[in-house]
Amino acid sequence: MEIKKVATRESYGNALVELGKKHQDLVVLDADLAEATKTGMFKKVFPERHIDCGIAECNMIGIAAGIATTGKVPFASSFAMFAAGRAYEQVRNSVGYPHLNVKIAATHAGISVGEDGATHQCNEDIALMRTIPGMVVINPSDDVEAKAAVEAAYEHEGPVYLRFGRLAVPVINDRPDYHFEIGKGIVLRDGKDLCIVATGLCVSEALKAAEELSAEGIDAAVINIHTIKPIDTELLKKYAEKTGRIVTVEEHSVIGGLGGAVCEALSESCPVPVKRIGIQDCFGESGPALELIHKYGIDAEGIKAQIKEWMA
Amino acid sequence: MNTLELKRTANEIRKGIIEGVHAAKAGHPGGALSSTEIFTWLYFQEMNVDPADPKKPDRDRFVLSKGHSAPGYYAALAERGFFPKEDLLTLRHTGSYLQGHPDMKHIPGVDMTSGSLGQGVSAAVGMAISAKLSKDSYRVYTLLGDGEIEEGQVWEAAMFAGYHKLDNLVFIVDNNNLQIDGPITEVCSPYPIDKKFEAFNFHVINVEDGNDIEQIAAAFKEAREVKGMPTAIIAHTLKGKGVSFMEGQVGWHGKAPNDEQYGQAMADLDRIGAELEKESGAYGD
Repeated sequence: MEIKKVATRESYGNALVELGKKHQDLVVLDADLAEATKTGMFKKVFPERHIDCGIAECNMIGIAAGIATTGKVPFASSFAMFAAGRAYEQVRNSVGYPHLNVKIAATHAGISVGEDGATHQCNEDIALMRTIPGMVVINPSDDVEAKAAVEAAYEHEGPVYLRFGRLAVPVINDRPDYHFEIGKGIVLRDGKDLCIVATGLCVSEALKAAEELSAEGIDAAVINIHTIKPIDTELLKKYAEKTGRIVTVEEHSVIGGLGGAVCEALSESCPVPVKRIGIQDCFGESGPALELIHKYGIDAEGIKAQIKEWMA
Repeated sequence: MNTLELKRTANEIRKGIIEGVHAAKAGHPGGALSSTEIFTWLYFQEMNVDPADPKKPDRDRFVLSKGHSAPGYYAALAERGFFPKEDLLTLRHTGSYLQGHPDMKHIPGVDMTSGSLGQGVSAAVGMAISAKLSKDSYRVYTLLGDGEIEEGQVWEAAMFAGYHKLDNLVFIVDNNNLQIDGPITEVCSPYPIDKKFEAFNFHVINVEDGNDIEQIAAAFKEAREVKGMPTAIIAHTLKGKGVSFMEGQVGWHGKAPNDEQYGQAMADLDRIGAELEKESGAYGD
């Protein structure tokens, strides 16, 4: 059976339209990327509530902050490189410090941007955003989770950073008992030999890797950490105690992202060896997204190989 | 308030600036003193605000984009009754709500956190477009430094405001001609400031003497009549205005007076106050 694939930026656009119908106070801002970030879907239905700021991301974040002070709920979108990178200080000082109710919804995160190459592949946004006090950081794994995250972000009072991807990824959470809650990790597979903690598009790859490892006699648990801040320390601790080995997998630098966050949480609660799989302190490059995911070792094959090597 | 009352109020605000910065042993007196007539006009004449209800939804908004002039902003808010004047002496002290730069979360009457130059102005633009979206009638004012407008974000915000015809928005540039490293003409000159804002589709008003309350009054009255475009008031001011040894001195951008200098500064302001009292007697006020 063909697995359904949806890019989480597409899920974001759809979720915005649905939320826009329910909430008159929702305003969407973009910086000349509405077609790519998919806020254009919202613009088609609610043109009067969509503000295109032009190619000026720093100003867009400031405008979103100003709008939030008047009681409306702005979602400001650009590529992760520009929303979290270029406008970092605006997010920190105009949104984070006054703890304004601004949602920064960044698309085209990570190397799966593909052909545009390193200038547009942001592998540092999670690290940047999670250092800001009071900022919630969410990196959904698929269509179902992305839509739930957008709604949860709207309901949450305070700043939220949402990370979406360009590449269509498998839908893995389409089940009746799926429940999204900010800050709560989800156990997708139990296991006793090690625990793979993954986020974003790496969750489906981690699941695949765990299945293949199982056939080779390695029993790996898989946890989906969609919220990197606040991180679910309780769940991580439980699985660190249970398996004694943690592997983190992310489409982000291993410095400061999920790997960093998990190490921080466990070093204080249950120190166990942690292997960090992700972008190894380097820039990306141009190429088709799937090829890059393979080359940088964050597909199922790469995850499996690195785990086996680590455990050998 | 009549002109004389506004002048007296401005002088009281200047005393508040000197007292606050002296007590803090740090802060920025120069640009606060050059902006004093602007604060005075905004908070005592122009803006619809209520110290008893600082968050009332229909209030006019003010963003101090040149956030380092906080001592002047705080002194004006205290003079207007948003918080006790004696609290000005806690400026920049550990645990005080009067932070070095404006903090909307803790200071009554502050509409936006600011201080990193170039950022406040974007928030003001956001407030103005938000009013347009929901057809609210409040107006938005933002005060910038002439050095601050070297920041690129100011022009991103100006481009947006001009394009969206935000006639509920007024930029005021405190053109005191000095920035930390020297005269703005010797650092990275932003002149001609008026022509730049004109090119960004602003209605521009040049105020020859931005420390003359009557000229400030005329400029803000003109701004109210402007339709279909934002206004930029370029106020030519004197840095350190009112304190003889600070006037026109770049060194007083971000330095606190010592005890002796404090006494001298307060004596200058007392003298100005006494002259205003004489004036009031002459007019039978």
